[in-house]
Amino acid sequence: MTEGRPLIEATGLVKRFGSFTAVDGIDLSVRAGEAFGFLGPNGAGKSSTMRMIGCVSPVTAGELRILGLDPARDGPAIRARLGVCPQSDNLDPELTVAENLTTYARFFGIPRKVARARAAELLDFVQLGERAGSKVEPLSGGMKRRLTIARALINEPEVVLLDEPTTGLDPQARHLVWERLFRLKQRGVTLVLTTHYMDEAEQLCDRLVVMDAGRIVAEGSPRDLIARHSTREVVELRFLAESQEVFVDKLAGIGSRVEALPDRVLLYVDDGDAAVATVHDRALSPASVLVRRSSLEDVFLHLTGRTLVD
Amino acid sequence: MVALVLPRLISFEGPVRRSMSVAERNAAALRSAYWLVMISGFVEPVVYLLSIGIGVGGLVGDLTLPSGAVVDYAAFVAPAMLASAAMSGALAEATFNFFGKMKYMRLYEGMLATPVRPFEIALGELAWAMVRGSLYSAAFLVVMVALDLTTVGRALLAFPAAVLVGFAFGSLGMAFSTFMRSWQDFDLMGSAQFALFLFSGTFVPAESYHPALRWLVEVTPLYRAVDLIRGISIGTDEVLGGLIDVGYLLLVTAAGLVIAGRRMTTLLCK
Amino acid sequence: MTATLAVFEYHLVGYRRTWRGSVFGSFLLPLLTMLGFGVGVGAYIAGGVGGVSYLDYVVPGLLASTVVQVTMFETTWPVLGNFEWHKIYFGQAAAPLRAADILGGHLVFVLFRAVLCAAPFLLIATLFGAVHSWWALATLPVVALLAFAVAAPTIAYSATVRSDSYLALLFRFAVLPMSLFAGVFFPVESMPVGLRWVAYATPLWHGVDLCRAATLGVAPQWSGWGHVGYLALWAAAGWWLARRRFQTRLFH
Repeated sequence: MTEGRPLIEATGLVKRFGSFTAVDGIDLSVRAGEAFGFLGPNGAGKSSTMRMIGCVSPVTAGELRILGLDPARDGPAIRARLGVCPQSDNLDPELTVAENLTTYARFFGIPRKVARARAAELLDFVQLGERAGSKVEPLSGGMKRRLTIARALINEPEVVLLDEPTTGLDPQARHLVWERLFRLKQRGVTLVLTTHYMDEAEQLCDRLVVMDAGRIVAEGSPRDLIARHSTREVVELRFLAESQEVFVDKLAGIGSRVEALPDRVLLYVDDGDAAVATVHDRALSPASVLVRRSSLEDVFLHLTGRTLVD
Repeated sequence: MVALVLPRLISFEGPVRRSMSVAERNAAALRSAYWLVMISGFVEPVVYLLSIGIGVGGLVGDLTLPSGAVVDYAAFVAPAMLASAAMSGALAEATFNFFGKMKYMRLYEGMLATPVRPFEIALGELAWAMVRGSLYSAAFLVVMVALDLTTVGRALLAFPAAVLVGFAFGSLGMAFSTFMRSWQDFDLMGSAQFALFLFSGTFVPAESYHPALRWLVEVTPLYRAVDLIRGISIGTDEVLGGLIDVGYLLLVTAAGLVIAGRRMTTLLCK
Repeated sequence: MTATLAVFEYHLVGYRRTWRGSVFGSFLLPLLTMLGFGVGVGAYIAGGVGGVSYLDYVVPGLLASTVVQVTMFETTWPVLGNFEWHKIYFGQAAAPLRAADILGGHLVFVLFRAVLCAAPFLLIATLFGAVHSWWALATLPVVALLAFAVAAPTIAYSATVRSDSYLALLFRFAVLPMSLFAGVFFPVESMPVGLRWVAYATPLWHGVDLCRAATLGVAPQWSGWGHVGYLALWAAAGWWLARRRFQTRLFH
């Protein structure tokens, strides 16, 4: 069974808050065992979609099936099989680290003994075993995040929803979280996550959709998306001048696209070194030159624009 | 073949089971100072009883009730203190703590990601508030018997009445909390609570109020609660009046729970 | 001094937004108590207390007790919050302010609140015919002193504890019993001797006795200057403790 039945299936999914449309008719399907990502700027509709999938936000219009069930009717039954790690940790500040897991287990009707055993196991999994008796408040951001992830796993869920799992963490903490999530994926757990970090999407996701203003603007594996929406390489040129804008015309025709930013000019090309040679041929002498591989970030900015959306 | 984690259905034990797991969380959170605050809650009505019932009672002397019965002022005030203690114990959990958990600790968001439903959270929190309220009521009744303000038999009968009072105010308070915008709004609620405390026939018979005020007072829940418990502890034995009180309080409980559950759904499941 | 006033001004700016809510707690409730107790229960106390009607007896007590309540509220949760939750004091400490300025500014605000709630209360009491002497005006400086005597040690306490559960305990075991047994509702002398001396030790009793003497226009039960001195002692000791706590917590 290489092609599992979709665990999550949405057609024309819409979420409106009053007159504001957060999710504007999206189609998607998530298969068992894959890691599926929602990529997009703030306000793109990622979290609203996640909350609908988590059965805590009613669908405004369209069709949504999770584990073959209807969230409006079978909310509790679906949630019994999901693990949710929300955008901001909502751990219980009045309980210890271990109690956060054991009391949470009780909400799923898991017997106390089983809950204690699983809590111990999960704390080891997220490397918090030594902090089991500590309160939540003194934990670092990364520890809290790992605890929230452990809590999302207490019911041995089939699908884990992770809303921006590493936002606000330092690099070490992020890598630890990634490594743990990767191990979950290896165990066959389906991961659905949102992020606005390109490296995270590239690291974790088999398949992702880019969302912007409530719609899906691109879909595919990270490699597909780069191939489809960007070039193989990007040349970054910095000129010693008031405006980089004036160089756009002078660079026209090199590669498939030229983009001027306030501090540099980007050339989207297939062969970076050849492009640099052409730049010099045109008697242009940039103060600095950088040739790099195209990344998901280039795709993202190309598709969703550079304007700040906050 | 990839070995998929097989769908593992967790036993689905129904609303009561899930509500109890919410109350269980509160029991797990009991420690240090909060524990002390909770346990010592019963001190308040006792202090009031000693000050007003006995201290001011010394100035008042005996009280002639409208029925013609003459009672010691402390015996008159004590059931009212019990009723208002049941009220404030339940309200403390159902308003301040409930609101804090909902808005600031955002506990319920986490709970709602599990099979637990909003109404079940309301029910679980109420059950917890009742455990707390019942402890206060029981302790206070022991004090009343010790001070010879009622008999053991009447105290035993008054206990379930006090629990009912707690239920009514707990669910009412929870319903109100879902409409609160910030802590400031609780000042208003606290004021309303204090006004009820002063004017629910607590310190003087409601018959002595101006007719308009009296009519208003008699439809408030605390008045019904005081009337019920005083009827039992002093022994006016007005069965019909008592039944009306009980019916009223049951109605308030049901209405409060339904409203709280609905409002939580609108607030948390947007 | 200007630094202290700057801190006072900060608190005033906040109060501009919250004063409406405080009208209930600091004014309407005492008024209701005056009605419920003074008038309601008073109707059942035929002989009054020591020759004065129960309303006349209870009003000055409620005045002093209300001031204590308001003071306690302003010096518990806000102080703990400014240290633990919103970190306001630490923000102030980053400006060129001394611990005494930050503490003093808050304290001036509390005294301001105390007098602000006492004045209209006094006016209403006059309308109810419960004020019998021009000396009643002296209650304003008296309640300011009472507020200082209660506020300073309470601030020290709130700056020491780390969880607001301890504030709830303070109200339950100190403020409530004090309000109920320090001569507001009935004479302290009707209690057993041991309890009587506990009541005498509370700052509230001294405030009540002074206020009662002022509104009734009679001599206080105890030496007037004795009362003032005792309250000043609480204020001074409290200030010393609070300043030390602020110094250690803000400037290590």
